[in-house]
Amino acid sequence: MTALVPLAIVAPLLAAAACLLAHRRVAWQRPLSLLGVTVSLASAAALLAGVERGGTVVVTVGGWPAPYGIVLVVDLFSALLLTVSLATVLGVLVFAIGQLGLVVEARFFHPLYCILTAGVTASFVTGDLFNLFVAFEVMLIASYALLALGNPDATRSAMTYVVVSLVSSTLFLTGVAFVYAATGTVNMADLAGKVAALPEGVRTGLALYFLVVFGIKAAIFPLFFWLPDSYPTAPASVTAVFAGLLTKVGVYAIVRTQTIVFGSGANGPDGVLLTLAAATMLVGVLGAVAQDDIKRILSFHIISQIGYMIFGLALYSVAGIAATTLYIVHHIPVKTALFLAGGMVEKVTGSGALSRVGGLARRTPVTAGLFLVPALSLGGIPPFSGFFGKLTLVQAGIAAAQHLVVAVSLVVSLLTLFSMTKIWAGAFWGEPQAPDPHTDTSATVRVPRPMVAGAGGVVAVTLVVALGVSPLWNMAERAAQGLLTRSGYVQAVLGDAGAEVEP
Amino acid sequence: MTVVMAIVVGVLYTTGTYLLLQRTLTRVILGIVLLGHGANLLLLMVGGLPGAAPLSGPDGAPADAADPLPQALVLTAIVISFGVVAFLLTLAYRSWLTRRDDEVEDDVEDRRIAALRGTEHPEEYAVSPGETGDRP
Repeated sequence: MTALVPLAIVAPLLAAAACLLAHRRVAWQRPLSLLGVTVSLASAAALLAGVERGGTVVVTVGGWPAPYGIVLVVDLFSALLLTVSLATVLGVLVFAIGQLGLVVEARFFHPLYCILTAGVTASFVTGDLFNLFVAFEVMLIASYALLALGNPDATRSAMTYVVVSLVSSTLFLTGVAFVYAATGTVNMADLAGKVAALPEGVRTGLALYFLVVFGIKAAIFPLFFWLPDSYPTAPASVTAVFAGLLTKVGVYAIVRTQTIVFGSGANGPDGVLLTLAAATMLVGVLGAVAQDDIKRILSFHIISQIGYMIFGLALYSVAGIAATTLYIVHHIPVKTALFLAGGMVEKVTGSGALSRVGGLARRTPVTAGLFLVPALSLGGIPPFSGFFGKLTLVQAGIAAAQHLVVAVSLVVSLLTLFSMTKIWAGAFWGEPQAPDPHTDTSATVRVPRPMVAGAGGVVAVTLVVALGVSPLWNMAERAAQGLLTRSGYVQAVLGDAGAEVEP
Repeated sequence: MTVVMAIVVGVLYTTGTYLLLQRTLTRVILGIVLLGHGANLLLLMVGGLPGAAPLSGPDGAPADAADPLPQALVLTAIVISFGVVAFLLTLAYRSWLTRRDDEVEDDVEDRRIAALRGTEHPEEYAVSPGETGDRP
C-alpha cells in the first residue's frame, strides 16, 4: 500500500521524461502519457479503497522520521479528490489527443501535461507545507507553459496568469518562513500541535495569511480577477483541465491548512469566510450573466462555484465540510466536461461566441448531449450530481442557521441555470448560423472520435458521482470528521512518538 | 547582523513590489526576481543565528551548528525561482518578437468597457474577444 503513494507521483513524471525523449514522434508519446496517467489513476483508486478500509496511509520518503523528514499522507479527503481528479485528467488526455492531432504543439503538450498531473497528485498527498509549495510550483510551471503553448496572441493573458501566480507563490514561500519562524517545523501534523500553542494573534494572522495565499490560487473574491482573463485563451483541453483542477487544488489547500494546521472554526461558523463565500458566488455568477462567449461564461462560473465550496468550509461542521468535499468531487468532472463540450463547439464551428453559432443540436447531437448533462448538473437539477452537492450544502447551512448565505446560494443557483440555458439556447437551439468567413472550418467538420470518447468519459465520471452519491457522502462525512478532529491525522503521521517531540 | 539582514529583506520586498507595479515587462520580471530573493533570504534568516556547518559526526551534532532545514528549503526555492525566471524571460522575449514592444498591454475587456462609456458608437471601438490589437 505504501508503495502506491510515490507511484502515483512518479508514474506521470517518468512518462513525461519518456515523452521528452520521444519528442519527435507524437505517435509514441500518446501511449506513454496515457500509460503514465493510467498507472497514477490505478494507484489512486487502490489507495482510495485501502484508505477507506484501513485508515490514513503515511509514507516517510527517504526514511527520516516524521517531523524532520518528508512525509506523504493520504487520508480519505486526499484519496477521494485524488481519484476523481486523475479520472478527469485521463479523460481530458484522450480528448486532447483528438483535438491536437499531430500538430507541432502536441509534442510539447504530452510531457507538460504529465508534469502537471504529477504536480496535482503531489499537492494532494503531501503532508508538509514546504512540499506543498514545491508541488504547487511543479504544477504551475507546467501550467504556464501549457497556457502559452502555440498561440502567440495568448502571450498577454499568459503573462497576467504567470505574474499573478508567481506573486502568490512568493507570498506562499514567505508564509512558510513565517510559520517556520513561529513554530520551527513545516510538517502539517507537527504544526497542528505547535500552532495551537501560539498566541492567538499570531495564530489568526498566519491563518488569514494562508487564506490570502491560497485564495489567489483558488480565485475567491476579491482575488479572482486573473481567472476569466487568462483561462479562455488556451486550447480547450488545457482550459478544461485548468478549470477542473487548478483552482480546486487551491480550495484543497485552504481546507487542509485551515482545518488540520490552524484548527480554525473552534468557535463555530466563520463570519469572514461566509461573507467571502457569498461574495464569490454572487460576483462570479453576475460576471457570467454579462458574457457572450462560451468559455468566458464558464470561466466566471468557476469563480461562483468556488464560493459554494468555501461556504461549506466556513460552517466548520462535519456536515459542512463533508458537503464541501462532495461538492469538489462533483465539480471537478462537471466543470471539465462543460469546457470540453465548449471545445467541441469551437472545433465544429470555429467560434465560441454565442452570437456566431446556433442550431448545433441538429448538427452534432453528440456535442449537445455531452453539454446538456454537465450543464443540468451544474444548475443543480436532480438526479445529477450537482443536485446532491447543493442539497447537502443547503442542509448544512440551515443546520448552522446561516439562512442569508443559504438564500444567496439558492439565488446564485438559479442564475447558474439561467446561464446554462443561455448557452443551450444560443449554441444548440435556433437556426444554424452561416459559417464564419474568417475561419477555414467548413460546416461539415465532424468531431474527432477521441474528443467524443474523452468528453464522454468525463461525463461518465459525473454520472458515477451521481449514482454513487450515497457511499460518497458516507466517505465525505468520515473525511470531514478526520479533518475536524485532527487527532487521527496527527497520530498517523507522528505515531506514538508524537507526544515526545515537544520542543 | 540580524538587523542588517532584516533591513536588506525589507528593501528587497519594497523594491520588488515597486518594480512589479511598473508597465514594462522587464521591470516586472526584475521585480519578481527581487521578491524571490527577499523571500529566500527571509527563509534563511528564520533558521536562527548563523552557526557552524550542520554536520554530525560520531560525537553528535555540535551545539552551535546552524539550523540545516531552512538551508535545504532555500536551496530548493532558489532552483525553482531560477527555472521560473528563465521561463519568464522567454515569454517576455516572445512578446517582444511578436509585438516589438515591452509594455504590458491593456486588458481587452477594460478597453471594451472604456469604449462603451466614451463614445456614442461603441461598435467602432469594440474589440473582438480573440483580438489583442494596439493600445489606443
